[in-house]
Amino acid sequence: MFELLGVPPQALFGQVLLGLINGSFYAILSLGLAVIFGLLNIINFAHGAQYMMGAFVAWMCLNYLGVNYWAALLLAPIVVGATGIVIERVFLARIAKYDHLYGLLLTFGLALIIQGLFRNYYGSSGLPYGIPPQLTGGHNLGFMFLPTYRGWVVVASLVICLATWFMIEKTKLGAYLRAATENPTLTQAFGINVPLLVTLTYGFGVALAAFAGVLAAPIYAVNPNMGADLIIVVFAVVVIGGMGSIMGAIVTGFSLGLIEGLTKVFYPEASSTVIFIIMVLVLLVKPAGLFGRTA
Amino acid sequence: MATEAVLERPAVAGGKPLLAVRELEAWYGESHVLHGIDLDVGEGEVVTLLGRNGAGKTTTLKSIMGVIGKRKGSITFAGQETIQLPSRAIARLGIGYVPEERGIYSTLSVEENLMLPPQVKPGGLPVEQIFTLFPNLKERLKSQGTKLSGGEQQMLAIGRILRTGANLLLLDEPTEGLAPVIIDQIGATIRMLKQKGFTIVLVEQNFRFAQTVADRHYIVEQGKVIDMIPNADLDANIDKLHTYLGV
Repeated sequence: MFELLGVPPQALFGQVLLGLINGSFYAILSLGLAVIFGLLNIINFAHGAQYMMGAFVAWMCLNYLGVNYWAALLLAPIVVGATGIVIERVFLARIAKYDHLYGLLLTFGLALIIQGLFRNYYGSSGLPYGIPPQLTGGHNLGFMFLPTYRGWVVVASLVICLATWFMIEKTKLGAYLRAATENPTLTQAFGINVPLLVTLTYGFGVALAAFAGVLAAPIYAVNPNMGADLIIVVFAVVVIGGMGSIMGAIVTGFSLGLIEGLTKVFYPEASSTVIFIIMVLVLLVKPAGLFGRTA
Repeated sequence: MATEAVLERPAVAGGKPLLAVRELEAWYGESHVLHGIDLDVGEGEVVTLLGRNGAGKTTTLKSIMGVIGKRKGSITFAGQETIQLPSRAIARLGIGYVPEERGIYSTLSVEENLMLPPQVKPGGLPVEQIFTLFPNLKERLKSQGTKLSGGEQQMLAIGRILRTGANLLLLDEPTEGLAPVIIDQIGATIRMLKQKGFTIVLVEQNFRFAQTVADRHYIVEQGKVIDMIPNADLDANIDKLHTYLGV
């Protein structure tokens, strides 16, 4: 069968795995963006920078404090999420009543400042971060070789995405969140503290980005530009999935990673543009995105 | 002025009112909608706000609830001034709100809609009792909130604030656009709630319905209260009422 397609199976499955890895990052990042956009109505342009901060906090934990990968996986989202909470209270809350555009410009400016600061102190050549010893090596699955760490990234992302989905769609806290997203004024009139929900949601979205950053640290070098490179593709993913849809962000993230991987096998010339081509097609047919609700 | 005449009347029989509104003014953006609303609601009373479209009835409820841009004057609930409080703090004092558009969330199931408002005081109705009042809701708990019929959505909007222990209910046109049989059911519910000791402020277009549930009626015109008619005197004042409402 593989001979018929003219592609060696090793190459095919290798790219499928690579696609799933990229898809994992697309999914977590677009999920965070979707959660933030849903409640705050802000397109968080600092998301890439916050992903990069997650990777850097993990690197700093290891090199300055001797704190290992597993602790960093928990610590980095908390630290970076806390900076998000400060950003929300100090900046975003003040411009909440104005047009989307102000939030976009503000977060874009913050992203440039954050990336500039890290470039200034750490250069832009990238810092190495080793794979944790428990996850080195790999397994021969017969049809392909699976590096353990890459398998772990896909599984961990899936778990985090589904846990987030469950929290938002199936719990009481999620019901508050959905209610505040749909009708903040009325939700507030029931005695629910919507401004607090908004702050926590932004912090949570940012923490998701930081979590993705820690997962990425051993795969890509820890680099001040790592987020800026990725975030453009992630925005395309969000547009395709539809702003504000939780499951949409997850499904679109993983599938577009996969499609990108497959394009590398079958038509490598298009691999870096395929997502944007899909974005154009989706926008032509369904302007609100595949899973988007038209308001 | 008519307003002064209203104030001179013994508005609430005996004791201090549960809700007292004085010289309330409110704005939507630049437009000045309320020009000095004065009204009192005694504990356990059912009071309606009657008036033409655009008179300021809905805005009065929104101002009491604190969900309007800018307001001025005084609103005291159970002795506490609320004019400076955010709406979430006002709700926590024990005021439940059913907005004109009902405010059922489409992203929440019927059950989630029902359970959404947090408890603000002890003494709310148990969920089972809400199901006895509105059996339709129990059968459709898993449906999307906005998939319910208009009447069921109204029941859900009322039911969910009965749970919270709020003792003042603000109902904005609960009968609007509903079939007569449903209107009867909502009327019976309001009378039952009164018996249980709830205090209710009701905005109505339909004074025939208001007559079946209320103790007193405030007439609102151009952002002011221009008259107050006790329910017992409603029939005697029917011509005056027709002029007020332009029926």
